[in-house]
Amino acid sequence: MIKFVNVSKAYPNGSVALEDVNLEIEKGEFVTIVGPSGAGKTTLNKLMLAEEEPTEGTVLFENTDINTFNNAQTTRLRRRIGMVFQEFRLLPNKTAYENIAFAMEAAGKSDEEIVSDVPHVLQLVDLADRMFHFPNQLSGGEKQRLAIARAIINQPEVLIADEPTGNLDMHNTSEVIEILKKINDLGTTVVLTTHDQQLIKAVGQRIISMERGRIVGDDNKARTTV
Amino acid sequence: MFWIRLKRVIKSGWINFRRNSVVSYAAILVTTITLAVVTGLFLFQAVLNTAIVNVENKVDIAVYFTVNAPEDQILALETDLEKLPEVASVQYISADQQVLAFRDRHSNDYLTLEALDELGNNPFGGLLQITAKDPSQYEAIAQVLEGNTTIAQTNSQIIDRINYSQNKTVIDQLNSLIFNARRIGLVLTLVLALVSIIIMYTTIRLTIYMARDEIGIMRLVGASGAYVRAPFLVQGILYGAFAWLLTNIVFLPLTYLAGTKLTTLLGINLFSYYTSHFFSVSGLVLVIGLLLGMISSLLAVRRYLNV
Repeated sequence: MIKFVNVSKAYPNGSVALEDVNLEIEKGEFVTIVGPSGAGKTTLNKLMLAEEEPTEGTVLFENTDINTFNNAQTTRLRRRIGMVFQEFRLLPNKTAYENIAFAMEAAGKSDEEIVSDVPHVLQLVDLADRMFHFPNQLSGGEKQRLAIARAIINQPEVLIADEPTGNLDMHNTSEVIEILKKINDLGTTVVLTTHDQQLIKAVGQRIISMERGRIVGDDNKARTTV
Repeated sequence: MFWIRLKRVIKSGWINFRRNSVVSYAAILVTTITLAVVTGLFLFQAVLNTAIVNVENKVDIAVYFTVNAPEDQILALETDLEKLPEVASVQYISADQQVLAFRDRHSNDYLTLEALDELGNNPFGGLLQITAKDPSQYEAIAQVLEGNTTIAQTNSQIIDRINYSQNKTVIDQLNSLIFNARRIGLVLTLVLALVSIIIMYTTIRLTIYMARDEIGIMRLVGASGAYVRAPFLVQGILYGAFAWLLTNIVFLPLTYLAGTKLTTLLGINLFSYYTSHFFSVSGLVLVIGLLLGMISSLLAVRRYLNV
């Protein structure tokens, strides 16, 4: 479904974030990418979302090079991928309800769908009583659950979670992981990046290790060239 | 779908406008200053034009006729002059009116009046006062009267003198003064308007700079560039509309006050001018406000859309 072919990414200041990365993620997988800070995990996520372009190589989504996409095609790609950020990146001037409704409006959903789906998904992440609160009125765990709700509301084919538990305590971390597992059980491909070794044990499944911009380990070596 | 999106965009723009109240107040205030400067410049132009027209009206060419000049010939010349495209008006003052005006001017000067009485007959001839449509056209009118034209040849016997040559220097200086006043007024208007527009654009850019992360997030959750841009456009329109309202709240009482207190000094009743030209002046200011708000927002958002 997602394929990185000989992908390298260097920034104008000379720092190399990724070096000759080859990786394939199949539909329905739960992939955990692990590595210390600066290993290139976030850059990998940004490339998947076409937020940045690789310096070399190609990133394919369903066998199409996403860096050849125009603006409209990139927008359509992002509607098929849900993204959860470590720093939440919620819209500060919109309530919990409006943050989710915005993602639906952007995807062209009708008012009826919004009215019926938003309370439902907020209930799913246990935020039904926080519906009309602004992000600054929510705790870290609540913000992250809201970010997950926003990421899954349009039933994306892929959910990318970039250090989603980085700012959370143990209790909230396990809650978030449980939600991600449930989403994966429903058929969504989940890509989770983390530097937390404890978390990897909790998640299990396919684990890819990164160091200094390279993939140094993959549970599923048959599909990955290191 | 278009109407649904339009409704959502307007609602979103209005909500952002309301929730970012401090930023909105600042943007409205700066936009109001811009529109007030533009309105003020319109009124300044009106005062300047009135002053110029008043001065222009005080200038004329006087054609003095000989004492025996037949009145019907003078009136025929008046008709001919009125037909000239350069001429705005021609006023005939008869010899009798001239002597009456003279007596009136010297009513306390018995010696002069006695001397006039001793003459026995009226020493004044008739007079035509000619006003041109534009001060620069006096020379052409003088040419018609003094040069090699049919009018000049026909009337050379009855024309005693024409005061154009005597007034030429004054008229030329006035022409140059009017030209410079208009040019300075225009340059001043353009410079002040440009400065205000730059300040307003910078303020709106700052408000959008504060929302740059938000713009990036919207793009990353799948919103198209147009869908992100549109609510900011609505906000820009709202800044312009509210600033226009504020400008009128300031200018209506201000011009009313100027109308009651300063009409003699300015030569124009600013309140009457402002209200009678409300659609052309304030309407234009509204269009300027809305356009500036929209264009500033569009240009400012564009920078942060490349996510």
